[in-house]
Amino acid sequence: MDLDLSQRHVAFRDELRTWLAENNPDEALPSMDTAEGFELHREWEKKLFAAGWSVPGWPEAYGGRDCDLIEWLIYEEEYWLSGAPNRVSANGVSLLAPTIFNFGTQEQQDHFLPRMASGEHIWAQGWSEPEAGSDLAGLKTKAILDGDHYVLNGQKTWCTRGAYADWIFCIVRTDPEAERHRGLTYLLVPTDAEGMERRPISRLDGDPAFAEVFFDDCRVSADNVLGEPGQGWAVAMATAGSERGLNLRSPGRFLAAAQRLTELAREVKAASGLDQRRCDEVVDAWVRAQAYRWQTYLTAASLMDGAEMGSEASLMKVFWSEMDVEIHATALRLLGDRGELMDDPTSWLDGYIFSLSGPIYAGTNEIQRNIIAERVLGLPRK
Amino acid sequence: MRFAFTQEQDMFRDAVRDLLADLCPPEAVRASWENADGRVPGLWSALGEMGVLAAMVPEADGGLGMTDVDVVRLLEEAGYAGVPEPLMEHATVAVPALAQAGSPLLAAAIAGESTVTIHLGIGGRFVLAGGQADAIVAERNGGLVVLDGAKMHGVESVDQSRRLFEIDEAGLEQPLVGADLELASDRAVLGTAAQCIGVARRLLDATVDYVGQRQQFGSPVGVNQSIKHHLANVRMGIEFAAPLVYRAAYSLARPDQHDASTRRRDVSMAKMQASDAVDRACRAALQCHGAIGYTFEYDLQLWLKRGWALSAAYGDAGHHRTEVGAALGLC
Repeated sequence: MDLDLSQRHVAFRDELRTWLAENNPDEALPSMDTAEGFELHREWEKKLFAAGWSVPGWPEAYGGRDCDLIEWLIYEEEYWLSGAPNRVSANGVSLLAPTIFNFGTQEQQDHFLPRMASGEHIWAQGWSEPEAGSDLAGLKTKAILDGDHYVLNGQKTWCTRGAYADWIFCIVRTDPEAERHRGLTYLLVPTDAEGMERRPISRLDGDPAFAEVFFDDCRVSADNVLGEPGQGWAVAMATAGSERGLNLRSPGRFLAAAQRLTELAREVKAASGLDQRRCDEVVDAWVRAQAYRWQTYLTAASLMDGAEMGSEASLMKVFWSEMDVEIHATALRLLGDRGELMDDPTSWLDGYIFSLSGPIYAGTNEIQRNIIAERVLGLPRK
Repeated sequence: MRFAFTQEQDMFRDAVRDLLADLCPPEAVRASWENADGRVPGLWSALGEMGVLAAMVPEADGGLGMTDVDVVRLLEEAGYAGVPEPLMEHATVAVPALAQAGSPLLAAAIAGESTVTIHLGIGGRFVLAGGQADAIVAERNGGLVVLDGAKMHGVESVDQSRRLFEIDEAGLEQPLVGADLELASDRAVLGTAAQCIGVARRLLDATVDYVGQRQQFGSPVGVNQSIKHHLANVRMGIEFAAPLVYRAAYSLARPDQHDASTRRRDVSMAKMQASDAVDRACRAALQCHGAIGYTFEYDLQLWLKRGWALSAAYGDAGHHRTEVGAALGLC
């Protein structure tokens, strides 16, 4: 156990810290789930990419820095502590990219990865359907091969960033005779494809954060299949741990939120005092962020030793999503009557509303707890 | 930057685990409730032979020269096995203090020929194994002393393997010059936190076994989602408490990098999370066992009661939450 940063790590951190201090926007960008905010966040992605800071963990050939897991964790901590904008590219970078690296052809990697890194392609996820949420394998959207194209018919929903994204990564049913997990295919679909219609759905905060997508004889090139046709379930699940664990939500964002929370609590204490209960809540939030940090560093060490992230990712997903709700709920209680104001400059309310989606997306926490019980603890399924 | 244990640390931990599984099975823990001295025959000398009692003593003084990071998971194993001996008190608090002070009591203590327990302010009124110990390392007037010949009377713990004593007359107080009281207190808190993690793991393992076997409505009760979610929550509690225990051990092992207030804060974070984790494990384990867990005969109670005692010992979660709040400038 040695928690000293190496010289290389210190240099990495300092370079990033300096760049962020010089380049972070002076004012917070508008919500990325508005037309204007989406494009401004895309511009920010381009700026990060130009400086080599959009995907530091990727190979240099695709715009990254080949940095190791520890550097990536440092990157995340610095990024979020600096107050830099949210990442409109997150769905692609966190969820799709690991799958492209694992299953993509050379041509697919060379085409999609640099465009994802630069913000040219912003991705949305097209997995859920009206009748297939937690029970994802019940999805019905059909894709029938016709020559060198698939013809899609059906509906996807809750496509995050779907209202403005350039591409959607979908799971579709290419063999309608096959049951459940069989006969599914992972397909990359451009949002300007003919026969696709998008309808934005307003999130709880009113922004069109996700979309319904309708396919009506929508033709998509068979070159856009990721992995083998019919293997979509295995392809998707091979990297599902990315969505739940490290990749999607590193400790940096929660350490930063917990830091902001303790600063708010100190202000409240100075202005009007802090009772024991509020104090305890703030401490709980801060300690949880620390716990998540050190649990992540333990996990990182074992991944760097060659272990793989399995069902343990579900432990992380439940933890960070519930911690995030508590951090923001605590902040709103500290704000008192300001807590309900939509335009409060502290934006804790926006964060609270967003945090409430965490226990639902990427597999509800009820499903995650089943996974923990069955696959981590070994309880019987039936 | 590497937050992980070494292979050597894993091997030492595994060796202690095997020894405890062998010498301190549940029957031995149960026997320690009823025998004269509350101890497990042969265990203390075996721990001495293995070097556990000398682990934190410099090699020059006949020890293994290990750090808090090396021993933290040994105490976790002690919690897992339900060791009733004052292992944390002796090996990770008293013995290092005796070594710091160059005490003549050290040699017998690290050989397992004597037992030294502790009485620190953070630990409250009672002295674990006070009646069985050869000496007591105690906090007096902002420093540490050795009590020799203290007069005590026994009090009964809910965990009857924890033989508690209250001091009536301290007797002779010999100052331990050079011994660090703050470090001793931090080690006692952290060692208790590590044991809480071990107790929580044991309760979880026992309960996972039980709900996989117990049949109702024609299936193991463990198929039910309510049971699964209880036990998933227990695992979550452990998963996000243990790293803080290890992190605090590193703070204690590297005083060059961590000032006293940072060390205390890290130790308090560890104990508050570990106490919460074991509390949750106790509640869920009993609930998932049902009536059988509520009996005196069934072994679950040995760990339930240890969990209750250790959760509160050396500051409960509320105490340490307030400590962390103070360190953050909040209360």
